[in-house]
Amino acid sequence: MITVENLTKTYGTQRAVDDVSFTCEPGTVTGFLGPNGAGKSTTMRMICGLTPPTTGRSAIDGVPYQRLGNPGRHVGVLLDASAQHAGRTGREVLALAAITMGLDTDRVSERLQRVGLNDAAAKRRVRAYSLGMRQRLGLAYALIGDPAVLILDEPANGLDPEGIHWMRGLLRDFADRGGTVLLSSHLLREVEVIADRLVVIGNGRILTQGAKEQLLGAAGTSVRTMDPAALDALLQRMGLTGTRSADGSVLVPSDPQTIGQAAAAAGVVLLELRPAGAGGLEEMFLRLTAGPQPEEVSR
Amino acid sequence: MTATTPLSTVATVPSAAAAHRVPLSRLTLVELRKLADTRAGLWLLIVIGLATAATSVIMLGWADDSEQTFSALYTFGLVPSAVLLPVLGILSVTSEWSQRTALSTFTLVPARVRVMLAKVAAGVLIAVAATVATAVLAAVANLVALGTGGDGSWTLDPTLIWQSLLLQIIFVLMGNAFGALLLNTPLAIVAFFALPTVWTVLGDSIRALRDAAGWLDLNVTSQALLERDMTSGEWARLAASAAVWVVLPLLLGTVRVLRREVS
Repeated sequence: MITVENLTKTYGTQRAVDDVSFTCEPGTVTGFLGPNGAGKSTTMRMICGLTPPTTGRSAIDGVPYQRLGNPGRHVGVLLDASAQHAGRTGREVLALAAITMGLDTDRVSERLQRVGLNDAAAKRRVRAYSLGMRQRLGLAYALIGDPAVLILDEPANGLDPEGIHWMRGLLRDFADRGGTVLLSSHLLREVEVIADRLVVIGNGRILTQGAKEQLLGAAGTSVRTMDPAALDALLQRMGLTGTRSADGSVLVPSDPQTIGQAAAAAGVVLLELRPAGAGGLEEMFLRLTAGPQPEEVSR
Repeated sequence: MTATTPLSTVATVPSAAAAHRVPLSRLTLVELRKLADTRAGLWLLIVIGLATAATSVIMLGWADDSEQTFSALYTFGLVPSAVLLPVLGILSVTSEWSQRTALSTFTLVPARVRVMLAKVAAGVLIAVAATVATAVLAAVANLVALGTGGDGSWTLDPTLIWQSLLLQIIFVLMGNAFGALLLNTPLAIVAFFALPTVWTVLGDSIRALRDAAGWLDLNVTSQALLERDMTSGEWARLAASAAVWVVLPLLLGTVRVLRREVS
């Protein structure tokens, strides 16, 4: 279980993370969503004790990360797959982790096999690895101590579609066995298949969080009409603001029944009326996170 | 590379706080292993070994027969490791930041001061190992000298054994210290070799600095370690200069490592 309470991090005058609180329960996969520079990585680094928070706190199974005696046996962490010594072999990277945790290095080869790195790949130096191979090595590194909690920052980066599919299965299986997973992404589509819960962050603040179904249900209604002007007038009377999508449909922050009844009463002909779902959530999320200033790229 | 079967890892839920801390001995073992498991580290060790062997070859081939003693072979043999082992000490600390492995190192061991302690312990052990290896090599060379008409005497003042060991340790830890203070490989290597030399040159050429240099120039004060029976005055000068060049930067560097944000 991961608990995050009021985490805040300021750099100078800039608030990179602003009062972020959420909980990840055992048996669930939590998708941590937000554009680049939203504060996802900073939040994760704070959870892992790598960055001291300005205020607030976080804990793994009720214990602050810094006080975990042998963290690798409780939490598997993959924050940056490229942060490995380029001159070490994949096998050596895992062996060092195993020795540090007090585990037998015999398990290394098998663990590499499991993430799809064969003996030839294991003997190569990390310098020669593709980003996808580094992600696989990073996953093996996070999993080698058989932790109950996984914290992964953009783990799908650099994986091919097959690799992404494989990773989803792996994480789903991990959660179904009672594990807790927190994974970040800047793409909703990447996590909506696997996440049970979503935490959406933008400009350092939590914009919305909750169960995936609930959030997708609350994402609004997609409406298409023959007469856009009439629909706009109707929405204005209802006190709603629609957002026009590229395909000509309008995303309305209300449920289909309300809009359907109002349209029927006003005589506006609708061609399409459906819950917006993931597309709607993504649009909402883009709208909420689009600040007046250009987004800063996270470090 | 193909996708494989899902992991059969069973997610256990151990009580997090009850876990034993990673013992320092294990961390030291890991840090020792990290000295030699990269291409840079391995080659540095190989070069040190070859250079040490070369010192024996030079002595056997070109020194006067009367100079071919165990004592002389040993003290000359210490030069390559005294010069190059500190680079390993520097890399031990700086590579965590230049190769960004600090991220995984400190997620596995959040108590950074323990990682620094392990690096220092690994530095001491590698210095001891290098000194022992040099002694073995010098002994072999001395046997050869005996066979080829050299002096071949085995006398080595016992104080020299400890003093030479201390010399090696001081310079490896100075490498650790400079690495931690600068956290940048090329900068730390240049500073390690250039700063003491600049200080020696200044101490030699500026009259006002000469007294201070006698106390604070590690290049000068450490020379006494290679002569037997150091006087208390020589020990005091060595301690003063080691405090300035080793202990102080090591403390400041450790504080820097503890505070620096890992990203």
